[in-house]
Amino acid sequence: MDDQRPETADPTAAHEPAVPEVDLPGDAFDAVLDSLDDRDPDEILRFEGFSVARGAEGADEDLSGDAADAYRLDPADGDRRTGLTERDLHEALSERAAAVTDWYVFERVVGEFGPRRAFLRWIEDADGETVETRYAALAEGIERAWGELKITATVTDRGERRYDVRHADDAGIPVDELDAYEDPLDARDLVTFDEKGRYRPLKTAPSLAGGWVFPDLGPRDLYETVETIYPATVANWHREREDELDVTHWRETMERQSGIYGVVKTWDRGEGHEHVDWVAEACCDDSQCLKRREWEYDEDTDLDVDGGDGAFPCREPCSVVVSAARKWTRLESEQPRTYEFDLTPSEKEQVEDIIDAVADGRTDEIREADTKEGANRYRTRFLRAKLFDEDGNLGGVPTEPDEE
Amino acid sequence: MQSLVIVAHGSHLNPESSAPTYDHADTIRATGAFDEVRTGFWKEEPHFREVLRTVEGDEIYVVPLFISEGYFTEQVIPRELRLAGWDVSEWGSDGLSADQATLVAEDIDREVHYCGPVGTHRAMADVIVRRAESVTDDPDVGDGFGLAVVGHGTERNENSAKAIEYHADRIAERDRFDEVKALYMDEDPEVDDLPEHFESDDVVLVPLFIADGYHTQEDIPEDVGLCEDHTEGYDVPETVDGTRIWYAGAVGTEPLTADVVLERAADAGADLGTALDDVRETTRVATGD
Ligand code: SF4
Repeated sequence: MDDQRPETADPTAAHEPAVPEVDLPGDAFDAVLDSLDDRDPDEILRFEGFSVARGAEGADEDLSGDAADAYRLDPADGDRRTGLTERDLHEALSERAAAVTDWYVFERVVGEFGPRRAFLRWIEDADGETVETRYAALAEGIERAWGELKITATVTDRGERRYDVRHADDAGIPVDELDAYEDPLDARDLVTFDEKGRYRPLKTAPSLAGGWVFPDLGPRDLYETVETIYPATVANWHREREDELDVTHWRETMERQSGIYGVVKTWDRGEGHEHVDWVAEACCDDSQCLKRREWEYDEDTDLDVDGGDGAFPCREPCSVVVSAARKWTRLESEQPRTYEFDLTPSEKEQVEDIIDAVADGRTDEIREADTKEGANRYRTRFLRAKLFDEDGNLGGVPTEPDEE
Repeated sequence: MQSLVIVAHGSHLNPESSAPTYDHADTIRATGAFDEVRTGFWKEEPHFREVLRTVEGDEIYVVPLFISEGYFTEQVIPRELRLAGWDVSEWGSDGLSADQATLVAEDIDREVHYCGPVGTHRAMADVIVRRAESVTDDPDVGDGFGLAVVGHGTERNENSAKAIEYHADRIAERDRFDEVKALYMDEDPEVDDLPEHFESDDVVLVPLFIADGYHTQEDIPEDVGLCEDHTEGYDVPETVDGTRIWYAGAVGTEPLTADVVLERAADAGADLGTALDDVRETTRVATGD
């Protein structure tokens, strides 16, 4: 079968990554022995493509006394199939070190905890690809995106997984040109402030600063690093994959609030959800938050705004949104009034430009002398000088009519 | 597998609010008493609503890093953690004696031990004293010193005044400081008139707050007269009306607070080995030799 494949006929044919040579580390072999010890004889331990069990099978009566300590291999693929000594077993497993180390990584190093296991398996598509394909891909480096992170998974010649985590913007930068960290908890300091030194109230805002790298993490530490940078995102992503994501919609979330936030309940007046569309557009857009909003107005009523494309879901309005909603509840209880003052067409457009620039966080990008930009500082100062009276009233019109 | 979850307020505006939570979590991690130590917040992430789903263990101790029993510990946290069947009577507390309640957290369908807040534990008195030692840089401070324990009065929450009084009384019983007084920010005896309440020339002022923030960095220093405006800063000690005031800042930033977190978990049945002794030792004020 194999020899029917044109192996070297065309050197330009799709580059097939080579499967790396893997040595079987002692701790992986010991874990296999432990695991067999914990099993009843005849209860098999499965690896990809073969299995191992303790004890002799019925057919091998000649093994007599030592039978219980012997191992067997199935399928044996040319190796001795039954009555293997520990040494034989070691030899056989060394031949199959990729599959054994793969088992060891997920069963012993990564462990059972659902979110962690699912995340680490997802990184290398362990539920879709064979060990051989994965090890070949890992040898070249498997890259995954998670929010603004770029995760690169590799495998050592002992079958251990190593991960490089950094800001996606720092892709390709040599490790020694970045600040390198080892302890996942150090990530706490990396997520506290944005590039301009401003406090980040929302960890999933796309404002993660770069310039750092965790160049050589093991599987558990990778999970902890991601958990520190984007808390609970893996857990929620995992629930979603299991079809168990518990979404709490807007109405229910607001109903639950108490204390100073209790007032937000009164914002929903049974007159539609336009106000919530605005909240979602203001706060949950991908430009503001990397979570994919899965909550809607209520179970039966979707918002008119798209939830975004994030890898991980948002299952209920977050505390930043609830706090802002409290403010809006008060502001939106005001009645509109008609104010009369004159603007030139360019001034009206300039007001729009200023609102856009603030809303899109672009004010810092507008150059000082670029007076073509409506939100330029000189333009804005000019507008203020021209249109504000000494009390700061736009167009000289007081906010409250009786202020005059 | 034994897990500790420290829940705290946090802030949308500044990092100081969660800093003590992280510090104490780190101190406890270093003892190795728990297989995992997680933190959850009201205003940061992971939120109370989602922190439990990040927890792997099956023996879970939730300790609120809050000063008193009240709105947060009795309503918000149990609701957000989804503690099935929670009722404040589970704690059977008089406002100071909450210990723990074992309830199923619906979020994860596992039992958690929901502990009383750090601030009302008797060991908090030791932290207040330790805070006085830190700020004076004297492990034997007491002689010739007064101690003022300061916090909100009954206006916001009647239990907050109770906690302040409780610790002040306990420390007074030790006869270590010449005088110990409970003072309040919004009622008599008021912290504004601190020198009037003390005869000692030196008074250590320890605010019973978990983290530094508006109250401890702006409100109290200005009210006490350490400075006209907090932006000017102040010295430690600072003399006000002839009294040298050693302003300690939030007691919850004192490393020994980690010990009280552990005490809470221990009271709820956590197996801590030597962690309590370890923390008491590693957080000590150096004696200078
Ligand atoms: S509510 Fe909106 S802003 Fe908050 S975490 Fe979810 S998607 Fe992000």
